[in-house]
Amino acid sequence: MQTEPTQSKNILLLREFVSYLRTLHIDTLEQKWIAIAMMIIAFLVGIITVDALFHGINPPSKVETIDSASVHLSKEFAEDNLGVQRDNSGKIIVRMVALRYSFIPKHLEVPAETPITFRWVSTDVLHGVNIPMTNMSTMIVPGYVAEVTTTFPKPGEYPLLCNEYCGLGHNHMWSTIAVIAKEEWVAKTTATPPALTK
Amino acid sequence: MNDTAERKLILCHLWVAFAAFIVACFMGEYQVLERSGLLPALESPTVYFASVSTHGVLMAFVLTTFFIMGFGYALASSSLKQPIWNKPLAWGAFWLALVGVVLAAVPLLLGKASVLYTFYPPMVGHAAFYLGATLLVIGSWIWCAIMLVMFTQWKTANPTQNVPLAMFATAANALLWLWASAGVALEVLFQLIPLSLGWIDTIDPGLARTLFAWTLHPIVYFWLIPAYTAFYVFVPKQAGGFLFSDEMARMAFIVLAVFALPIGFHHLYMDPEQASGWKLLHGIGTFVVALPTLVTGFTVIASLEIAGRLRGGKGLFGWIGTLPWGNTMVLAVILSLLMLIFGGFGGIVNASYAMNAMVHNTAWVPGHFHLIFAGTTVIMYFAIAYYLWPLLLRKPLFSNQLALLQLWTWFIGMSILTTPWHVLGLLGQPRRISTVVYNNLLTLAWKPYELMMIFGGLILLGSACLLIYNLVKTQVTPYAGQFTDEIDYAEPIHKVGVLPEYLNGLTVWNKVIAVLMALSFGFPILQFFFMDTFGSSAWGN
Repeated sequence: MQTEPTQSKNILLLREFVSYLRTLHIDTLEQKWIAIAMMIIAFLVGIITVDALFHGINPPSKVETIDSASVHLSKEFAEDNLGVQRDNSGKIIVRMVALRYSFIPKHLEVPAETPITFRWVSTDVLHGVNIPMTNMSTMIVPGYVAEVTTTFPKPGEYPLLCNEYCGLGHNHMWSTIAVIAKEEWVAKTTATPPALTK
Repeated sequence: MNDTAERKLILCHLWVAFAAFIVACFMGEYQVLERSGLLPALESPTVYFASVSTHGVLMAFVLTTFFIMGFGYALASSSLKQPIWNKPLAWGAFWLALVGVVLAAVPLLLGKASVLYTFYPPMVGHAAFYLGATLLVIGSWIWCAIMLVMFTQWKTANPTQNVPLAMFATAANALLWLWASAGVALEVLFQLIPLSLGWIDTIDPGLARTLFAWTLHPIVYFWLIPAYTAFYVFVPKQAGGFLFSDEMARMAFIVLAVFALPIGFHHLYMDPEQASGWKLLHGIGTFVVALPTLVTGFTVIASLEIAGRLRGGKGLFGWIGTLPWGNTMVLAVILSLLMLIFGGFGGIVNASYAMNAMVHNTAWVPGHFHLIFAGTTVIMYFAIAYYLWPLLLRKPLFSNQLALLQLWTWFIGMSILTTPWHVLGLLGQPRRISTVVYNNLLTLAWKPYELMMIFGGLILLGSACLLIYNLVKTQVTPYAGQFTDEIDYAEPIHKVGVLPEYLNGLTVWNKVIAVLMALSFGFPILQFFFMDTFGSSAWGN
């Protein structure tokens, strides 16, 4: 009942605004530049949007909560459940705990050219983690599980660094990850299969 | 600015700003030295993180807030040609903010608030740190109120005239800051102060980070708008020409004020507590806000070209050589724009999802914001100081040559400091580490860049000392002559007719901001009250 007059009032306002815009003095050269600038922006936004919507390139954004004060009592992040595991569907999942001032476990071994899902939790303050030269990067916020899936193309020994200030011992917080050839990893893990979850 | 009382108020604000600046510059040089591991005797995480926290607070909160307040008073009183409204209140705001700075400085320097200037809960510093920061912000709110009152009063008294561009920009910045600071104010008042005093046991760091992100992007535009204001209202005249377009300048300030606000989540791209759809929305907004910067670049360069041609420049590039390179304002704007080009490029990398994952929290990020803030923005603060000092003290600047040398060395030092900093980030070095202890081959590649940074920092420190020397000398050198210069605003090349309310007022834009903020932050904040969240208890450092 009330909406229609408001709507037409808004349309009037908008028309008024557009007609004002037309009376503004904008140099033709400047108009061209604005058009070019808008095209540049549309191009960049387009790439990001298409990547996000159709190629699944999104930052870690699971919005999954967990009680950081009792992570050690949770089933998923109990100590013997940490590290590299394969779930029932064959997906590789890495569970890691971040705490002042270390990552648990200290060393990891994962296959190259294989999608790997990392699940990170903090038991205390804010941490962050990245593996230099790769796009494995996420913040680890207490109270939340940070999940990120990535593939490492190149085998090698990589450091895994805490990249968010977490206290005076922050720079001592790091561990290592070995990315090995896919076949080698499969051979190794089938010889001594890692414990399956549950 | 004929009135002695006005000039004293402005000068006091600017002196606090530059005093904070020079202290923080010494800390910056100590930090690059400590970090490099060149002098093992220097190594101490306790001192390092106390210094980083203080450096950040002094540069990002004290230098900026006091400079913006002082500069705002100068622009308001001179462009509106009327005294500052309610001077006792303005002095009250000054003292409140200064007491806040001292209150925060004590725990910072004692290492009791080494939580960095971004706070980082659930790590918690001494309550005095948060209370001090709150007083500083309240002081700045009073300044915003004074600016908006003067803006409104002048409009009511002069209904048929356009608000001068300088005042329009200042009022837009006051509006921007009132909106921007609300996020961090909620975080500090409802989470950090109660937690640090033990009134509550836990807080949700996800909510705290979301509220901080609300402030974290527009705050950089709060710092940048004074630099852009000088681009538009001083530079064309100083170069000997005219402002290319008054209307486009207003449009740029409006788009900056409106779109700088609802886009803070690009600071949370890598955070688990917000969903990707919201991040994408804020990411797109981040690119939209590049538009006013691109327009500003065009208008300023076009204004410079007009000046260069009026001075006899011919040909496609001939006008560049004929610009008055010996004018501090003109030199500063050229150097500022150069740094803006590279810094803006880095900013586009940060704003892009996939590339952000490669540089997030690496040394690239401080490299980026030093280039764009300490470079692009602060070099204009210097130029404004060189311009205002003689007007405020009613005597000429001690040395124009030294001022030019200072601007050049700041530019060179900043280039030498930030280029290796960006490279270190690409080589995987995290930011915010006090020393490199990782026993890894990768770190060998970092060494030469760290040494370059020490050298760049040294040049910057020398340059900063030169600035302070020149300003102090101007103040203490007696001058017998008659000094009659007044603040001189640039004229637009085309006469501006009566502007529509959209380009002459902020009421409509305030409503637009309210809608955009509700859309972009409404759900992301409310979700914390509907989800099953778990609080975090306080941790020391």
